Amino acid sequence: MRDAHFCIRSYLADKNGMCLAIPGKILKIKGETAEINFNGIRKEVNIAMVDVKIGDFVMVHAGFAIEKMVPDLASEIQGYLDKK
Amino acid sequence: MKLDKQKLLQSIQEKAKEIGRPLRLMELCGTHSQSIAQHGINSLMPKNVKLVSGPGCPVCVTDQTDVDVMVGLALAGIPVAVYGDTMQVPGNLMSLEEARRNGADVNVVYDITEAIKMSQEKTGLVFFGLGFETTTGMTAWAIQQGLIVYSAHKIFPPAMSALLANKQIKVDGFINPGHVSSIIGTKVYEQFKIPQVVTGFDGEGMLSAIEMLLTQILENKAIVQNVYTDLVKKDGNPKARKLIAEVFEISDAHWRGLGEIKKSGLKIRKKYKKCDAEFVYAELIAKIKKEIKPKPSACKCGLVLQGLIESQECPLFGKVCTPDNPQGACMVSVEGSCNVEFRYNRK
Repeated sequence: MRDAHFCIRSYLADKNGMCLAIPGKILKIKGETAEINFNGIRKEVNIAMVDVKIGDFVMVHAGFAIEKMVPDLASEIQGYLDKK
Repeated sequence: MKLDKQKLLQSIQEKAKEIGRPLRLMELCGTHSQSIAQHGINSLMPKNVKLVSGPGCPVCVTDQTDVDVMVGLALAGIPVAVYGDTMQVPGNLMSLEEARRNGADVNVVYDITEAIKMSQEKTGLVFFGLGFETTTGMTAWAIQQGLIVYSAHKIFPPAMSALLANKQIKVDGFINPGHVSSIIGTKVYEQFKIPQVVTGFDGEGMLSAIEMLLTQILENKAIVQNVYTDLVKKDGNPKARKLIAEVFEISDAHWRGLGEIKKSGLKIRKKYKKCDAEFVYAELIAKIKKEIKPKPSACKCGLVLQGLIESQECPLFGKVCTPDNPQGACMVSVEGSCNVEFRYNRK
């Protein structure tokens, strides 16, 4: 398992590419839209493609959560975010 | 087991030496090509290991005809919405950017929900749906909300079959896409009897994938391994796949460079024909297609996309074809092989 700090840095480093996706944590859910925390920045994202609940981490691409992330990586990311 | 970068590089050197013969490993995702260039991974490879780019840049493999149709619709006065990296792709007549400069209503969106909002004011707006499984689910969802779409969506595995069937293309292993795999899973790749590793986009992930491919080659194995376990599961994302299957059906499709590949495209199901630009604007699209005049070009995108030549071998590369003045799709997209080569001077 890669460490969370490295992981976030590498995801955020490359802002180009079609396949760029960024992990974020679900704060609120309203229908098919969720408010997501991306390393301090909050944004609304469509969650129609994933089964998720508040507190889950998702990978977001072009305004949509494409997949839920595994809990152990999610908790590592959370730990990293909490320290900030 | 986690290996640090030094150990990975050392292992890559040792294994490549032991294998001895020249090896070609193909990355199938455009963002991987970008990552390889960004992290200077090519310069770290042993002499006998060559990394080549495959047809994984969705903008690059979009057929010229599809661009021509979108340009034609826009020039006929229909508002269109596209992802930004499509704007400069040259069509036979012009690019969407040029159509916009000629007064056509061409809108760039980052997110398909913006196109839905836009279509409420701009009646009849057509969204240019392109890309692989990562973006297809979003388009499917938008169609269910009533957005009109011209679909140039493609599915990935048939392109891998086509590459493997072409005897001119010699590839010893594939670095499989990361986010496409988060949707389709890893099991689907087991049909291909070639070493494959799914990985993410950081340098460490790329090196791990290369090291694992070399290990497979050395041990004479051809299996599917996954380093991107944070996100990619064996069966992918079933909810996204169900959404895609509900809206789209498999069709034959034209790929720039690869030609027609059977059962590699996605067309909108009849149930959603009111959201299918090919139905809504059937007559106009037929007229546009009839009037297409193929523009001769020395652009070698097709060969580059198959890993048959390198960008620098194209006579246009860096001379008349640059990111500011792209002659082919591979120079347009930030993940196109030629664009990456130009920006990072990849050797």
